[in-house]
Amino acid sequence: MFAGIDVGSLVTKAVVLRDGKVAGYSIISSRTNPRKAGEQALEKAITNANCKREDIKCIVATGYGRSSFSFADKTVTELTCHATGAHYLNTEIRTVIDIGGQDSKVIKLDESGKMSDFAMNDKCAAGTGRFLEVMAQALEVGLDSMGEFSLKSDKPCSLSSICTVFAETEVISLIASGAKKKDIVAGLHMSIARRVGSMAKGLGLQKEIAFTGGVAKNSGVRSAFEEFLSVKFAPISEDPQIIGALGAALVASKF
Amino acid sequence: MAEYTKMWEDIGLDLKRHDTLLEALGKIYGDVYMTQTNRPKGMEYFDFVVSEVHGLRIKELMEHKEKGGKVVGTFCVYVPDEIITAAGGISVGLCGGAQFSIPDAETILPTNLCPLIKSAVGFKLGKICPYFEAADFLAGETTCDGKKKAWEILDNYIPTYIMEVPQKKDAIDRELYLKEIKAFKEKMEKEAGVTITPEVLGEKIKLMNARRKALERLYELRKSSPLPISGKDACLISQIAFYDDPVRFTSKVNELCDELEKRVKNGKGVIEPTAPRILVSGCPMAVPNWKLHHIVETSGATIVCEETCTGTRYFDTPVVDETPTDIDGQLKAIADRYLNIKCSCFTPNDDRIDQIIQFAKDYHADGVIYYTLQFCLTYNVEYEKVKRALDKEGIPLLKIETDYSEEDTGQLKTRIEGFLERIS
Ligand SMILES: Nc1ncnc2c1ncn2[C@@H]1O[C@H](COP(=O)(O)OP(=O)(O)OP(=O)(O)O)[C@@H](O)[C@H]1O
Ligand code: SF4
Ligand code: SF4
Ligand SMILES: [Mg+2]
Repeated sequence: MFAGIDVGSLVTKAVVLRDGKVAGYSIISSRTNPRKAGEQALEKAITNANCKREDIKCIVATGYGRSSFSFADKTVTELTCHATGAHYLNTEIRTVIDIGGQDSKVIKLDESGKMSDFAMNDKCAAGTGRFLEVMAQALEVGLDSMGEFSLKSDKPCSLSSICTVFAETEVISLIASGAKKKDIVAGLHMSIARRVGSMAKGLGLQKEIAFTGGVAKNSGVRSAFEEFLSVKFAPISEDPQIIGALGAALVASKF
Repeated sequence: MAEYTKMWEDIGLDLKRHDTLLEALGKIYGDVYMTQTNRPKGMEYFDFVVSEVHGLRIKELMEHKEKGGKVVGTFCVYVPDEIITAAGGISVGLCGGAQFSIPDAETILPTNLCPLIKSAVGFKLGKICPYFEAADFLAGETTCDGKKKAWEILDNYIPTYIMEVPQKKDAIDRELYLKEIKAFKEKMEKEAGVTITPEVLGEKIKLMNARRKALERLYELRKSSPLPISGKDACLISQIAFYDDPVRFTSKVNELCDELEKRVKNGKGVIEPTAPRILVSGCPMAVPNWKLHHIVETSGATIVCEETCTGTRYFDTPVVDETPTDIDGQLKAIADRYLNIKCSCFTPNDDRIDQIIQFAKDYHADGVIYYTLQFCLTYNVEYEKVKRALDKEGIPLLKIETDYSEEDTGQLKTRIEGFLERIS
């Protein structure tokens, strides 16, 4: 058996593979201590997979905190891991868009599933999960329900700022001017789609396209992307947030 | 360091902040440099220079000044050292590479300005850099807009002479640059109270050419595999070239090269030959900016060449023609050599792109990292042309845009390691 740990900047994910299939996984917050988060996530995934620590032959760590997880046999970047994970679920995938808490990444794959090029946001948090979290707080909307909520909008607000700080101010003044929350949320989703979508276009968008990372669970962002890029995302049979950890486990199985 | 305290006090440094800076520098240098293994013995001299960077070298500058010599601060490889030294002066490169002084600069300069400019201006404002305090005047240029306007402000704190550098390389531009070189010669003569003779200028041309050739020799050795010297160490040597005594520096670089030649002959390297070889191309990296080199070389790869001003642009061949024996001929030879440098401030600048491709081949690079400082417009925009050309050649390319702060280190590490995974 093999394990992959994705110590993300906000969330840590672990996947345990048995016979090349996902046997168990876990998703926990990284906020406290990335070293501990990795271990806790691994323990949980092992429990969910109904196995023991000794059964795991090799562990690969990925994600922002990959080097702080001391039990890894190898570390690999999440770029390679998201590519590997997506390719495993669907060999037709040529582009992966991964939006996590801190980064948005666009990854190009060749037919064999190897990463051939990528683009990443610069250090600003615009177009990331963290951006949405700040906005959800300002709007007093639950993060999990943002997607459903925005899909009800028929007139998304247009937001001019991509910077988290300015966008927050803009959101607050939109609320004050009486704009509907669902329209503001839809506008925020559109602004993420535009920003990350442009990055994807710059890299050369090739089908099939997979959307991974925690933000892929937000149906509003998904549909904003599909509208902006005029494409449909390829369906993914696993939780999109664990694709990086899945990729890491797959790398472990070949290491 | 206590022995220098009085000197620092006399030249007007803010001692408390200067102490903090030195302490931080020492720590960074320890982490980045002293953790390396297999370093050539010849690096000891350069370690020593760094340990004495605000001590012994400043003492030398002050002694030079006592004897009536001038110290001229420069910021760009288009200001000819030959002329400064022919007038009995010493030139010191003052480009800023430290985050430490940026808050000082941001009190009077916009935040969205190149960190190199902000760091340099901040050093002067905060009285933290002894080189600034030792300089009699600065010789700035008009290469980029940020610098051009910053010189006007710096002039309030230290006399700043501005040399115009054209933006094209046609006949009229060459004419203008030659006139600027002549004007700069007159400026130096006036400041130093001397007349530059063809004999002395010829001697200094030879001296600077010798420094260039030593650096070229060092870079030539970096084409070997296994690699005899780390990218970090080579980068440091290029940086030190800007302020060390040119004669001593040249002989130390040549000594090191003798050692490296032996290493190459015996197949001894600093890293296993399978490690990915990276060519860095773009903006200058002033001391103590070792950020990119450190990340790359702690990620299992190595840097084999810098196509930057603190790299090949500094010694770029051909050297100054040594045949003319009259002043006019010599000045023209200087102008010709300097205008051959390929900086993104020029248009068109296709020679630079051809050169990057050539370097990638010559240095057996597995990939190119295009390094641009935040808000450096010309290098940032020129990236697109470089990208198209390198794509065509099938040379993998990664663009890194960053400043001196540490907050993006994690992201940069992901990008760089991702790039290495991509090209492996
Ligand atoms: N059910 C959900 N609905 C909407 N958004 C969600 C949901 N679950 C998680 N997210 C978002 O996903 C983000 C975390 O995603 P992920 O786990 O991919 O990030 P990470 O890997 O820690 O970050 P990074 O890759 O940037 O280092 C959170 O910021 C949150 O906004
Ligand atoms: S990048 Fe251009 S302007 Fe800047 S120091 Fe180098 S040569 Fe001069
Ligand atoms: S790095 Fe660019 S912006 Fe900064 S001083 Fe040099 S040319 Fe100007
Ligand atoms: Mg992630």
